[in-house]
Amino acid sequence: MDSILFFILDILKVPSVLVGLIALVGLVAQKKAFPDIIKGTVKTILGFLVLGGGATVLLSSLTPLGSMFEHAFNVQGIIPNNEAIVSMALEKYGTATALIMAFGMVANIIVARFTRLKFIFLTGHHTFYMACMIGVILTVAGFEGVQLVFVGALTLGLIMAFFPAIAHFYMKKITGSNDVGFGHFGTIGYVLSGAIGQAVGKGSPSTEEMDLPKNLSFLRDSSISISLTMMIIYFVLAIASGNEYVSTHFSNGQHYLVYATIQAITFAAGVYVILQGVRLILAEIVPAFTGFSEKLVPDAKPALDCPIVFPYAPNAVLVGFLSSFMGGIIGLVLLGQLNWVLILPGVVPHFFCGATAGVFGNATGGRRGAILGAFAHGLLITFLPVFLLPVLGSLGFANTTFSDTDFGGVGIVLGNMAQFMSKDMIMIVIVAIFLLLVGYNYLAKKPVKTEE
Amino acid sequence: MKIMAVCGHGLGSSFMMEMNIKKALKTLGKEAEVSHQDLASVTANEADLFVMGADIANSSGLPADKVVVVKNIVSVKEFEEKLAEYFNQ
Repeated sequence: MDSILFFILDILKVPSVLVGLIALVGLVAQKKAFPDIIKGTVKTILGFLVLGGGATVLLSSLTPLGSMFEHAFNVQGIIPNNEAIVSMALEKYGTATALIMAFGMVANIIVARFTRLKFIFLTGHHTFYMACMIGVILTVAGFEGVQLVFVGALTLGLIMAFFPAIAHFYMKKITGSNDVGFGHFGTIGYVLSGAIGQAVGKGSPSTEEMDLPKNLSFLRDSSISISLTMMIIYFVLAIASGNEYVSTHFSNGQHYLVYATIQAITFAAGVYVILQGVRLILAEIVPAFTGFSEKLVPDAKPALDCPIVFPYAPNAVLVGFLSSFMGGIIGLVLLGQLNWVLILPGVVPHFFCGATAGVFGNATGGRRGAILGAFAHGLLITFLPVFLLPVLGSLGFANTTFSDTDFGGVGIVLGNMAQFMSKDMIMIVIVAIFLLLVGYNYLAKKPVKTEE
Repeated sequence: MKIMAVCGHGLGSSFMMEMNIKKALKTLGKEAEVSHQDLASVTANEADLFVMGADIANSSGLPADKVVVVKNIVSVKEFEEKLAEYFNQ
């Protein structure tokens, strides 16, 4: 008997098998054919293992970068990148992540069903990353077992419905309809950009009336933009550390600029492999989640990833890129002046989230809104990670961290709650928030329906 | 036949497009294998038809007759119209 229990526990302790089981349950519940069930389950497990392989590739290029940075500038420099930090965190927090993600998605459906936050968050990779971050922070705070999964999942479920809700006002402005929600964990930055647009953009014409060079859109290709940006970062650091340091410590005599180029693209290769893994993991889980939520909460709106807004304002996308990146560089200089940890411009967030911030800013404040809003977003994603680092425990010493604004926002709030409250108090607060939202839904007067 | 949904990162949006294309195919009564990918990995021989948003269509480098460009990447209706147009060619 004991050995069977041991066996089951061992299975649940292996995150890859655990996600496989989650996919299996989803596939069986959807009444898929037997071969599809086998295929989907194996693919999901495969995805998790691929992710681990990508982490090894990515780490091999990130470690020398950290040492070079310290040697050259005598401070720690960090590149925020979700894929990198998640792939490292999973080794230790994989089980917590998988369980929090699975039950968090259930919690999202429950929140959407019983409160007025009627959004189903469908950007699966962000759900996964957020589950990972919550898992890390709560574990660092001492949570474990059932309580860890319960508090983590409920928190995740609330977050998944909350952020689309605060973005929705702007989303209606951008798309001109009330059909789709916005689901991407950079929402604090986008809402800030939208608000700034509202404040400064009076009378500013839309970005879509500008003529911009079209040939910069190849930068939207994430592998290319990551390679190019990392090359710049690697070159600057290799030159600052000098040929001698690089070739004796890392490159085994290879020319330091050749080494820098290869390492930069290796970083992109690592992210690429990790993304393949994430893609495999999500392929079976997201459709199941979508299917259940459509059945259980038919009046909820799907909340979708950034590029949903790009076609509405392609120029704002480009303006947002550049403006956010400028914000990142100026933020970096400011951090240097303050002698704080240096946050190097994270590639994916400046390109994708900066672009989105541009679209939000443009929707409320035209050209001026897009430029200033995305710039503010760039500053925000440079400063938030600084305050996020301490709550990530030992992961805070890795050369990378979570990048987008909501990870920073949620992490800082949750991390500080963990510092000043006991575990049970945190659990009570999270449950109370949920119950208040449910109570509000049933007790407060329903608004008169004017739309639809 | 094989249809590929493409977006910049190859994660969220193209996945959503894939699910919507599958819905549209069902309505149209057509069979196809649908999957999704990022802009960097995609090559012309991989599928018979590529579907992507208007914002990235110019930088894909794919032959124009194999590409369907959509404005609203979550509109099942738009997928239905565009795919029907393609099948009727």
